[in-house]
Amino acid sequence: MSNSGLHLAIEIDGDGAHPAAWRRAAHAPAHLLTPGRVRSVAAVVENAGFTLATVDDDLLPPGSGRNPLGRIGAVERAAFIAASTSTLSVAPTVSTTYTEPFHVSSQLASVDHISAGRAGWVVGQTAAAEAARAWGRPLVDDRAREARDSTRVVRDLWDSWEDDAVIRDVATSRYLDRDRLHYIDFTGETFAVKGPAIVPRPPQGQLVVFAPEGLLPADLVDVTFTSASARAATPLTFTEIEVALDTPDATAGQRITDLGPWPSRGRLRFAGPADGLVKLITGLAGQVDGVRLHPLVLDEDLAVLSRLVVPALLRSRIAARPVPGASLRATLGLARPASRFQESA
Amino acid sequence: MSIIDDDVPYPDAILHFGVFFQGVNHWTVWSAPDSGSQIDPASFRRVAQTAERGLFDAFFLGEGLRLREVDGRIHDLDVAGRPDAITQLAALAAVTERIGLVSTSNTTFNEPADLARRLSGLDLLSEGRAGWNVVTTDNAWTGANFRRGGYLDHADRYRRAEEFLTAARAIWDGWADDAVATSREAQAWSAPVTPVRQRSSQFDIEVTPTLPRSAQGHPVIFQAGDSSDGRDFAARNADVIFSAHGNDFDDALAFAEDIRRRLRAAGRPEDDLRILPGTEIIIGATEQEAREKARWVRLEQVTPATALNIASLVWGFDLSDRDAEGPVPKEDAVVVENTGAFGARRVADPQAVVTKWREQAEANGWSLRETAIALGPQRGHVGTPAALADKFTRFARHGAVHGFNITPYIIPDGLNDIVDLLVPELQERGVYRTEYAGATLREHLGLRPPLTRRGDLTERAS
Repeated sequence: MSNSGLHLAIEIDGDGAHPAAWRRAAHAPAHLLTPGRVRSVAAVVENAGFTLATVDDDLLPPGSGRNPLGRIGAVERAAFIAASTSTLSVAPTVSTTYTEPFHVSSQLASVDHISAGRAGWVVGQTAAAEAARAWGRPLVDDRAREARDSTRVVRDLWDSWEDDAVIRDVATSRYLDRDRLHYIDFTGETFAVKGPAIVPRPPQGQLVVFAPEGLLPADLVDVTFTSASARAATPLTFTEIEVALDTPDATAGQRITDLGPWPSRGRLRFAGPADGLVKLITGLAGQVDGVRLHPLVLDEDLAVLSRLVVPALLRSRIAARPVPGASLRATLGLARPASRFQESA
Repeated sequence: MSIIDDDVPYPDAILHFGVFFQGVNHWTVWSAPDSGSQIDPASFRRVAQTAERGLFDAFFLGEGLRLREVDGRIHDLDVAGRPDAITQLAALAAVTERIGLVSTSNTTFNEPADLARRLSGLDLLSEGRAGWNVVTTDNAWTGANFRRGGYLDHADRYRRAEEFLTAARAIWDGWADDAVATSREAQAWSAPVTPVRQRSSQFDIEVTPTLPRSAQGHPVIFQAGDSSDGRDFAARNADVIFSAHGNDFDDALAFAEDIRRRLRAAGRPEDDLRILPGTEIIIGATEQEAREKARWVRLEQVTPATALNIASLVWGFDLSDRDAEGPVPKEDAVVVENTGAFGARRVADPQAVVTKWREQAEANGWSLRETAIALGPQRGHVGTPAALADKFTRFARHGAVHGFNITPYIIPDGLNDIVDLLVPELQERGVYRTEYAGATLREHLGLRPPLTRRGDLTERAS
């Protein structure tokens, strides 16, 4: 997919990418876990012109020590956002290590129905031993295997209803055409799933599947999130950038200092004025297909992104606003796949 | 024309309505011109907003974890295909203000840490409007879709459900009321949270709760089991019980009395549980019009193919090649094991049913289809708004029900008559609210705080 434009994505979990971001948030701590907060962040991101909001998640507390221990599940937030927005796409992170692939598939397909095709999935994994104890399962060592098998099952279940499986044929009294429904009969090393899904095929056929580089075989992924600035073997590649911007009240450096150490996750990091970030992102055009921004503090950086950074990228046609009514696949230039179970006539 | 009747046990009773989207089996008419999509978010929004306009307590979604089958093939006659319940309800939380949002979620094929958190998330996003209809599964047929696989036998599934609820409540109780700091300058974002540990017959888990309680404390607990075990489970654990006892007054009253007895035995006040039978309501401007409409609904529901399917379930073997408009089959019934493939439809004594069908068909000159309509699964109320309001007022004031969970026979506009015609009649009789008094589902239902948050009542939790 080579065009010179870039797709703009942003991570909106919590109060920002810094573990102590809550200290500079524009709201009282408890407001984080309210529908008003979820709705207003989504509205700001949508109005700014972003294509996609990702919503990070895990079963375990998001922070530790003095930082936030509370987080509403990403699928629930994504569904709420999907119903509160009209052009913004939303992709929750859902882990594959201990979750039930059948439930994960249903939940994500439902977000795609709710959003009329504006949903994606950020494939997650869970390393912490606490997760195994919370799920009541033995510790999983081979997370790549679980991610691979779960993703295969989730995708197969999305394909298990052909698009036109609901026929409402009054003459024969049949609501469904059972020949257009398929058992997936998946058997892996650690689990088996029969199918078909309980949710009809998602509007996009397949949700857009995002994954960090290296977690999954390339054929299971649509978009790789990379720390580098070069394309991966998947159809699209987005570069991850942690962002701290100068605001009218403080420089990026002052804001980072104020919050304390910002642990590195190996991603590109930009700290400075808006035009510097515009230049950095512009320089990635042609090398990758998009960026995912991780703002230091949502309430502060999102304001600068909305006012200065995104408008500049839209003006220079480096980025484009999603078109109302377009699916995420269409916006990203990805074809809508036929069901893999559908016999090609 | 309100009824002045002080000589009733519950003169101040108020009816609570819920709406059950989609329902199960053949009750949803999908063949009419105004039969809408079962998956389009607009259908869900429209039904929920209509119910909210009608001041309903709750919007309720069912669950199926495997598509139904008949004789090893996917059942193709009834509506099928639905969203994940909690996910869909989280979306509805964004477009409704007051109505409760109730998810049917299975304790056999979920884990407490995950499900309790998802329900908490819905409860917070809806600001205290979440409910959880606790269901169990006892068949390996459903287990084939899950890592866990396998199944639990009938007794163990309730044991697991009860232990699951104990774990969920402990997770919901994990944060102190004032755990989250009030200021960004505080020492820490929140007080430390102690992990919940549970070691029981079904679980060995250690979970750090990640969410505070909503405005209603816990999601409201619904339960629908009709067996003795199921009723006792509800009496010990639930806030609301769904039942199939809402058609006939005496049957409804007997069920309610039985539940009150079981509540007292469980050490709870007998008004601690709301009884909401599932039902269908068909309304006409005159009795004649209502009957004609009901006739149309039944014929749409019980198509020739559906009549043969109902008969096949009764007889225990495939009758799909018979003529539904012809006579009732002459063969005797065959007793077959229920794998769960067709839900909870069990016929306890099939030969007795077959005998009854044959006798009635002969006496009335009915075809097999007419017999299936007349004697097959029965439900619902048919009448004018005024007659239905009188009838429901009697149900309420005699303590036979606290309300109804209504399955519209058509989506999305099947609630309109109920909201526009029946609700005003009930309001006139003083048995239906004229505005929402509270904000949470627990407040709508007039319930006490959650069982584990009442001080001295807590000891008895497990």
